[in-house]
Amino acid sequence: MVAERYAFPHKHLLGIEPLSPADITAILNQAAAFEEVCERPEIKIVPALRKRVVVNLFFENSTRTRNSFEIAQKRLSAEIINFDADTSSLSKGETLIDTAMNLQAMHPDLIIMRHSAPGAHALLARHMQASIVNAGDGAHEHPTQALLDAYTLKKKFGRIEGLRIAIVGDIRHSRVDRSNLWLLTKMCAKVTLVGPPTLLPKEMKATWPDVEFTSDFESVIPQQDAIMMLRVQFERGTGGFIPGQGEYIRFFQLNRERMKMAKPDVAVLHPGPINRGLEITSEVADGPNNLILDQVTNGVPVRMAVMYLLCNPHGESVP
Amino acid sequence: MSLLVKNARILDPAQKLDVVGSLLVVEGVVAAIGPEAERNPLAQAATEVLDAGGNLLTPGFIDLHVHFREPGQTRKESIETGSRAAAAGGFTSVCAMANTRPANDSVAITELMLAKANAAGLCRYFPLGAVTKGMEGEELCDFGTLKASGCVAFSDDGLPVLNTEIMRRALEYTAWLNVPIVAHEEDKDLAGKGYMHQGAVSAALGCLGIPSAAEEAMVARDIVLAEHTGGHLHLAHLSTAGSLRMVREAKARGLRVTCEVTPHHFALTDKELMKFDSDYKMNPPLRTEADLDAVLQAIADGTVDAIATDHAPHGWDDKEVELPIAAFGVIGLETAFPLTLQLLVNKHIISLEKAISLLTWEPARVFHLDEKGLGSLKIGAPADFSLVDLNGTVKVDRAFIQSRSYNTPFKGWELQGKIAGTWMAGKRVWG
Repeated sequence: MVAERYAFPHKHLLGIEPLSPADITAILNQAAAFEEVCERPEIKIVPALRKRVVVNLFFENSTRTRNSFEIAQKRLSAEIINFDADTSSLSKGETLIDTAMNLQAMHPDLIIMRHSAPGAHALLARHMQASIVNAGDGAHEHPTQALLDAYTLKKKFGRIEGLRIAIVGDIRHSRVDRSNLWLLTKMCAKVTLVGPPTLLPKEMKATWPDVEFTSDFESVIPQQDAIMMLRVQFERGTGGFIPGQGEYIRFFQLNRERMKMAKPDVAVLHPGPINRGLEITSEVADGPNNLILDQVTNGVPVRMAVMYLLCNPHGESVP
Repeated sequence: MSLLVKNARILDPAQKLDVVGSLLVVEGVVAAIGPEAERNPLAQAATEVLDAGGNLLTPGFIDLHVHFREPGQTRKESIETGSRAAAAGGFTSVCAMANTRPANDSVAITELMLAKANAAGLCRYFPLGAVTKGMEGEELCDFGTLKASGCVAFSDDGLPVLNTEIMRRALEYTAWLNVPIVAHEEDKDLAGKGYMHQGAVSAALGCLGIPSAAEEAMVARDIVLAEHTGGHLHLAHLSTAGSLRMVREAKARGLRVTCEVTPHHFALTDKELMKFDSDYKMNPPLRTEADLDAVLQAIADGTVDAIATDHAPHGWDDKEVELPIAAFGVIGLETAFPLTLQLLVNKHIISLEKAISLLTWEPARVFHLDEKGLGSLKIGAPADFSLVDLNGTVKVDRAFIQSRSYNTPFKGWELQGKIAGTWMAGKRVWG
């Protein structure tokens, strides 16, 4: 299970944007090696990050991403510190820089951070020597999500190049879709963005010129190899961007009728957590085409691969 | 006390003067200027003679838009440190915004500011009064009384006057006093919680944007109000192609509308924000390449009346935080002239004479400082001037910046155009 040797050229994983297709391929290949570890019947642990100190710094609530990182860290035998933003000095008014400098003083090897501010990781990287993994920064990027999505697609289709993928929902506020746009366009997939006009910024065309934009979901369903539904955050209110749930469901929900228009083997993805009955019906979410739980499963080896490559850029201690 | 500055290239756009010659200053005012000045009998008796070595001699620059943070936030800047930054940048007059803490809505604060500026003695300081009491957008300030105390214009800068009726009354009332209302144009609903230009870059970065329409909708509203009231509307720091187009049209129709642009808006675009560096965060935000081109066009065709810095000092603590919560604003006094020289004159957008005009005579006229003899070195005028080494270069580093704050987006830039010395009323204040 020795992965192909590749000198991973990045100190941090702040986003997919700085990665080359070769970097992405290296991560996916490394993840395949770790998937084997995860599938072992008994001991699913390797010593690849033994004695490395990893800090999980989550300033925003997260269940699956944080758990996924933590399981990945345990499988790599890392020393784990969980920094809880609720009980930390943050509530005492400490700034991000001070939090970072205090952590730095303890010489961690790796920081996994989620933060509500786009670019918060770039700020952190200017003040810390540790490698930083972006576990989500506002609406900017969520690179490990895009990598696990790519891993899931590659596993199903054997390739990413040439696949047609629709990303549907709140494009404007989604970090998942920005990371996926970088990744899928770098890997030569054909992306269509679908959403109500107010949640579908046409200015994105300047950055991703080959991507299609449409508010007419049904017209693009038949061509797609995969449909990625994004969570619509009605719990925060619609912010005046869309009229309401009923209207949203009518035009943008993935349901049985719309699945009939799709290719029979279309892959249905969702970064979670899903709103059953809103952007997706239970029938579809639990149906035969769904890869939603595969995404969760694949998140572990993908995150193992990312952390491993950042700490061992030359594959020094290959598992 | 007399001073003879000889062997200078004198450039004074108001007098259409571009000659090699001398400037004779007696008791702080211009006694003679030009090629013949040296032969003036008083020149022979000058107590001090300075050879300019062929450097450019220009009327002292006038900045219509600075924030000196005093009273209230002197950890960012004070009237003294701001005045020193001005002198270092070749500015001899600054017009300071009213958004101090508390806001300058009273004679007491105006007088405090003027006393501090006098004590510093480095630069002429002209306060703006607030448009509304406490800058709360509700009650008009005592415009006439404040003008009598020294305020040269009125602005709630930092905030727009959102209430259209209040803005109408302000323009209507100040028309009588012949002082401008200076508008920071921003529709707060459209701007929302944005912290950079809303466009391709913000969409790619997932950052909340401030659309061009936020500025343009208010520019449109206020041009309409200027027309209806006959008031003088001065539009601060315009940043979009659409705003400048509306000003061009308003001027063609003879309305009392003037405007300024900042060096950062003709030097930089929103692409800089890809670095997530808050030194590029200001309001209005850096816009697109097309907007930058429109700013250059408006400077070239005379739509723009002044280059103003919007010098907005902030400390490290205010800036070295997450981009959405970082303070808006950049400093600009020390870099304004070199950027103007390098990006406007050397790139053939405008002549050197026009550049000097946009830093001296034209801003003087906008706030009626010409009536105090400022903006031109006419005989009898206060001897406010700078010597500039046009071939000299400067590097923007901490030592170069005199401001108490260092929030400049031009860190590390090497620029042409060095201010060799600045004099206010014949007294050397820099160099």
